[in-house]
Amino acid sequence: MSGNESKITHKLRMMSGFELPIDTLSLLKPDGSLHDGAKAPKLSKETALRIYDTMLFIRVLDERMVAAQRQGRLSFYMTCIGEEAAVIGSAAAFEDHDMIMGQYREHGALRYRGFPTEQFMHQMLSNSKDLGKGRQMPIHYGSRALNYMTISSPLATQIPQAAGYAYGQKLDGKKACTLVYFGEGAASEGDFHAGMNMAAVLKCPTVFFCRNNGYAISTPSEEQYAGDGIAARGVGYGMQTIRVDGNDVLAVFAACVEARKIAVEKQEPVLVEAMSYRLGAHSTSDDPSGYRSKDEEEKWRSVDPVLRMKNWLIAKKWWAEQQEKAVLETYRKEVLDTLKATEKVPAPALEEIITDVYDQPPAHLQQQLAELREHIAKYPEKYPKTAQGVK
Amino acid sequence: MAKMNLLQAVNSALDLAMAKDRRVVCFGEDIGKFGGVFRATSNLQEKYGRERCFNTPLTEQGIAGFAIGMAAQGHVPVAEMQFADYIFPAFDQIVNEAAKFRYRSGDQFNVAGLTIRTPYGGGIAGGLYHSQSPEAYFTQTPGLKVVVPSTPYQAKGLLLASIRDPNPVVFFEPKRLYRAAVGEVPEEEFEIPLGVAEVVKEGSDITLLAWGAQMEYLQAAAAMAEAEGISCEVIDLRTLLPWDVDTVARSVKKTGRLLITHEAPLTGGYAGEIAATIQEHCFLYLESPIARVCGMDTPFPLIHEKEYMPDQFKIFEAIKRTMNY
Ligand SMILES: Cc1ncc(C[n+]2csc(CCOP(=O)(O)OP(=O)(O)O)c2C)c(N)n1
Repeated sequence: MSGNESKITHKLRMMSGFELPIDTLSLLKPDGSLHDGAKAPKLSKETALRIYDTMLFIRVLDERMVAAQRQGRLSFYMTCIGEEAAVIGSAAAFEDHDMIMGQYREHGALRYRGFPTEQFMHQMLSNSKDLGKGRQMPIHYGSRALNYMTISSPLATQIPQAAGYAYGQKLDGKKACTLVYFGEGAASEGDFHAGMNMAAVLKCPTVFFCRNNGYAISTPSEEQYAGDGIAARGVGYGMQTIRVDGNDVLAVFAACVEARKIAVEKQEPVLVEAMSYRLGAHSTSDDPSGYRSKDEEEKWRSVDPVLRMKNWLIAKKWWAEQQEKAVLETYRKEVLDTLKATEKVPAPALEEIITDVYDQPPAHLQQQLAELREHIAKYPEKYPKTAQGVK
Repeated sequence: MAKMNLLQAVNSALDLAMAKDRRVVCFGEDIGKFGGVFRATSNLQEKYGRERCFNTPLTEQGIAGFAIGMAAQGHVPVAEMQFADYIFPAFDQIVNEAAKFRYRSGDQFNVAGLTIRTPYGGGIAGGLYHSQSPEAYFTQTPGLKVVVPSTPYQAKGLLLASIRDPNPVVFFEPKRLYRAAVGEVPEEEFEIPLGVAEVVKEGSDITLLAWGAQMEYLQAAAAMAEAEGISCEVIDLRTLLPWDVDTVARSVKKTGRLLITHEAPLTGGYAGEIAATIQEHCFLYLESPIARVCGMDTPFPLIHEKEYMPDQFKIFEAIKRTMNY
């Protein structure tokens, strides 16, 4: 029913923003058993283990890269610690030919699709093998081959783009959709509202996935929005909507399988809000002790999504504690060895400064590059990264 | 006087403005308890309460529009845009609304008290989206004032003047200098008038002009040139809109040469506007073409940041070329 067909009343009554609280789907208990009455989604052993393996890899990557940043080997890093189930559980519910548009904290989804360890390192170290040619800060990954759109720092800009991308998929008759991630902070931007409305009105096969992790840098969600979270906005825009426990991989997976089905089969958008918690700092430039308590963090640590999935896998006899140690060891070694090897890869060539601004560098850019070369040749010791190449 | 870095100077200006005038209100992303990602607003919420210093939801468009509304109502909002790279969602509100409020209403309404502060510029390994210098987009907007301090002293005096200026002001803070620039700043309040350039150093052979973070490179280059016997007059523009044509023209008439440097790309950059105006005023005095040393016409790169920056060596070379023209 649309707004102009609404039921008529003769009593003046305001409706509160909390009158339609949206439930949170939760299937898995922290101990790994199912809630009473909960029905686990169909999840093969193979997929479950691939999700879990990705979680373990990402934990190792995050921990090692934060350490590497502290050692000065990396300029910046952002972890997804605490949100692994939301990110990887959702990605697993989609097909490889679905497009993913991330915000920046979704490297788990990229890994799930098979992004190799050395590509993560090349990007973070801005070297000549980085697919993005060393132009962006660490963690701004992108892969055409894996249908993962390159990350852009300005928040929420990917949200209306996801509606448009999905509309294109629809016009082409593709059995595919676009999965777009964003935080509850980014959902305050005008682009969020524009994108949701466009997708709803134009019936785009877009799955909007909000990672509600409680904070946007230092700003807690209570200072981000009033009312019943982000999910209520999906309903407001006339979209199928679900809220899930973001630390429960089964709930996230089940919701996303359904969301994808609606998007692809009915050709309309869906909003999924995953309630979770950012266990780490916002980034390596942030210190959360200035704005939140250790107690609060500890409370969330006790419902660690990775531990919860492990308990479930062990209960199903698909996994054993001893296996985990070996996998973690392998990944730690792989990550460190790859980092070491990648540090030896040279910086991109100086030409890359003017390529890709346009399809071909116009004359004025070629001239600016020529002048730059001449200048560097005069002062080679001042530009050590590129001086070699211009002699 | 006290030793302050540029951040402390900004903080001191905000503190004094809030203490003196109850109508001054600060807001923006993460600026409350946390004090902002760079800590420019540290302790203000503690001192003045959550009503006068608060976190906003994450929406620059909302922040700018909200600030305009408050200013139209008679308050004195000082809104922070977390990075100048993220001012663009607020662009419509700033250039179409704030800038034209007074004009379109025949001065029935205005946004006299509005100040938008934002950290800008490169040199911090920030890449494409944490390094831009978007001042030229705003200098083409009648109705705005655009201010860029280069030292802690200027940051405090110019910010206080901006907050009290009866026009909307966009105040760009050179974030590369936030902690790096330290200097003597009066603890009490003072204002530096908007629209007036500062002659930092007198000289006779060439006029060197910049603003904000680029002043550091300009002065380093001037020192290199002086060592080779070239006498440089160094001018800090401080306010870009409206800008101090007289001071610059007077200097160029004396030296016969002008070099302008900015970090933003060359094409469409503010140096072009200055060069055109100065050649109009000083055509018969010029002994060489006006030189521009600017960012390249590419997005701001990460790995090639050093190469991209219009640094002291590039400026020094351009000074010599201009002298030997
Ligand atoms: C338009 C814009 N404004 C500000 C920023 C700076 N910024 C980067 S991340 C961030 C917080 C984002 O919070 P949220 O969307 O909740 O995601 P989370 O980091 O919690 O995963 C901010 C303010 C930005 N990148 N883009």
